[in-house]
Amino acid sequence: MSTQTSSARSEAAARLRKVNWYQQPMVKRLFGMLVLALVVNAMTGEQGSSSDLFLSLKDGFPSTRMWIILAIAIAIWATREFAAEPVKSGSRSVRDLVTQAPAVVTVRERLQRDKWTRWGVLALVVVLALVIPGQLTGYWQTVLVDQIAIFVLLAIGLNVVIGWAGLLDLGFFAFFAVGAYSAAYWTGSLPVEPPIELNNFLVIPVAMVTCLIAGVLLGAPTLRLRGDYLAIVTLGFHEIVYIVAKNADNFTGGPQGVPQIPPFKAFGYEFPVDPMPYWYLLVALVVIIVFAFSRLEHSRVGRAWTAIREDEVAAAANGVDTIRFKLLAFAIGASSSGVAGVVYASKVGYFNPENFAILNSILVLAYVLFGGMGSIPGVLVGTAFLVWLPEILRDKVPPSDRYMYLGALLVVMMIFRPQGLWPSKRRQRELKQAEEGIGDADAMSEPAGGRI
Amino acid sequence: MATDVTTPVDSSERSADTVLSTAGVTLRFGGLTVLDDVNVTMRRGEILSVIGPNGAGKTSFFNSLTGVYTPQQGKITFRPRSGGEKQLLGRKPHLVNRMGLARTFQNIRLFGALTAIENVKIAAETRLKSDPVSIMLGLPRARKAERASDEKALTLLRFVGLESKLNELAGSLSYGDQRSLEIARALATDPEVLLLDEPAAGTNPTEKLELEQLIRRINAELGVSVLLIEHDMRLVMSVADRVVVLNFGKKIAEGTPSEIQRHPAVIEAYLGSGADDAAAVEEMIAELEAEHPAQDGADGAEEDQ
Repeated sequence: MSTQTSSARSEAAARLRKVNWYQQPMVKRLFGMLVLALVVNAMTGEQGSSSDLFLSLKDGFPSTRMWIILAIAIAIWATREFAAEPVKSGSRSVRDLVTQAPAVVTVRERLQRDKWTRWGVLALVVVLALVIPGQLTGYWQTVLVDQIAIFVLLAIGLNVVIGWAGLLDLGFFAFFAVGAYSAAYWTGSLPVEPPIELNNFLVIPVAMVTCLIAGVLLGAPTLRLRGDYLAIVTLGFHEIVYIVAKNADNFTGGPQGVPQIPPFKAFGYEFPVDPMPYWYLLVALVVIIVFAFSRLEHSRVGRAWTAIREDEVAAAANGVDTIRFKLLAFAIGASSSGVAGVVYASKVGYFNPENFAILNSILVLAYVLFGGMGSIPGVLVGTAFLVWLPEILRDKVPPSDRYMYLGALLVVMMIFRPQGLWPSKRRQRELKQAEEGIGDADAMSEPAGGRI
Repeated sequence: MATDVTTPVDSSERSADTVLSTAGVTLRFGGLTVLDDVNVTMRRGEILSVIGPNGAGKTSFFNSLTGVYTPQQGKITFRPRSGGEKQLLGRKPHLVNRMGLARTFQNIRLFGALTAIENVKIAAETRLKSDPVSIMLGLPRARKAERASDEKALTLLRFVGLESKLNELAGSLSYGDQRSLEIARALATDPEVLLLDEPAAGTNPTEKLELEQLIRRINAELGVSVLLIEHDMRLVMSVADRVVVLNFGKKIAEGTPSEIQRHPAVIEAYLGSGADDAAAVEEMIAELEAEHPAQDGADGAEEDQ
């Protein structure tokens, strides 16, 4: 009697415990990806109009595009399930991340362990960066110089502010505008005459100092603010710079923009319209800045930034001058952005205030997040990829859709890999600890337990 | 220098061996008075403990000393070894730290994603000179500063017994190790006064014993005066030279541990006034007295050194 009831009970329990195949988390995620793919399919391609509301559905189901999108979705799912190690699994604790050496040495770890491999790889990357672009078509060379390299410089600068010091800056592109207008001013292209006209190369340090001062001027009154408030202030700063550029006709040339900024000149050699010399110049600048900044990252300055990012109160209690280090991050980030501005202005020769619209600030921020906050290689790769993506999509999808793909990619990325493409070790640990409930992932929120 | 400052502090307490003194410190949050006219004097080289029931204002007192809070009234005077005297009231936390007051936190606040040694280096480096430009250029000056901070951090980690864990993440250390690391980080700023906010909270008896020894060593070997907030009476009574008792933001008693144990106001603060449960009070007194002789011996030994 009792055995009967107990077996019936255990049967019922087993039935309750049984997980149908379609209830398994893995399969659920597949369904999710498929639904996402179908939504993406419905949202891309021909859209309906008032005459034919359902054109996009009729056109898109089925279509070649749908199969491609579905295949991509399944591929993403499969990579995540089978190939990549799970990002969010709680099984690997923070301690494992550091102490347990994995059986297989990853490329990244080999890079970090062996100095010669590291230098070799770096040299190889630089050589490839110098050789390959020469083989590309003129269009891609222009994209590479005007967009990818310029945005890489900007992203490296923003990485200092947001990735290392943990300050959310939504107006970073304003410093780029300051750099570009400095170039225009000192080369005598603005309605106002400079005291002396400078060579473009000499403008670079001048613009750096100008942006440094602009960074300090913005930072000094606002860096007492935290998180969201700082973000809004920087957004406002960008708008101010943008509107001044647009409306101060007598100084900036107003909405017509700045015509005829002379190109770089050195020892009688004038940079031609051809983008390649600019490419070499930009590669040199990126290499210098990357070296200088990675030294900073692993010095007392980088550590102080991390401390401020993680716990500002504790940092101050241990003698770290938080305001000074935040200002430093702002100034250093701004100055690298100023360099980008000078090169850009000299390269394109003409710009107007619309080139400095607020969207650009958001885009640079997205590049840094996508690549991996705080990680220089991540920022390089992420920026290059995200700038390249809309360009490659140019003749493959309707032009108006290009940025939607970018947006979708960012959404997927932030859900599945919030630490970015190539995350920095420190940031990764912070995220991990935040997941496990130790400390804060960023200095943007109040520390746990309030401000003391 | 000391004479032209008129404060309510007794002139006998303004002697040269005073390292830190507060006079009439009053802190209010809106209508709530958290600290009410607190006068505390700390002698150089002593271990002074601040005790009191929950909500008595101990941590607020710490925060007022270290610049996190700015009391509305009063004076906080610090006399560094180099001479002179400095007012701490209203100074920013990092400036207070630079003068020579280092602290730990009640809820440990380490930089969890950094390694143990990096945590200590951050504090050590606030005393070193190396500017960002020389770091970016990799000048010898910057390298030297880096080496100096490495050495200092290592020495301090050895001092607190964490040299085997220097490359472990601060966030993954055990609770007791995190406490020690926080103390090492505070010591890295070369303080003259170390403020410990409930260091024994959440530690097991063995760790408590180690902590007790660590505090004594900090005091004796490094010559650092220690201001200790603690709930663990056993630790306070054995390690402290003097004890200050706060209740409802007021100083209700001050004296040696044995004096404090018998102080009627202290007993009342801990057991409640009008406790007609007189038996409980007597039991408590008896218990304290039973503990008392052993601690007296310990105190005596401490003084002999």
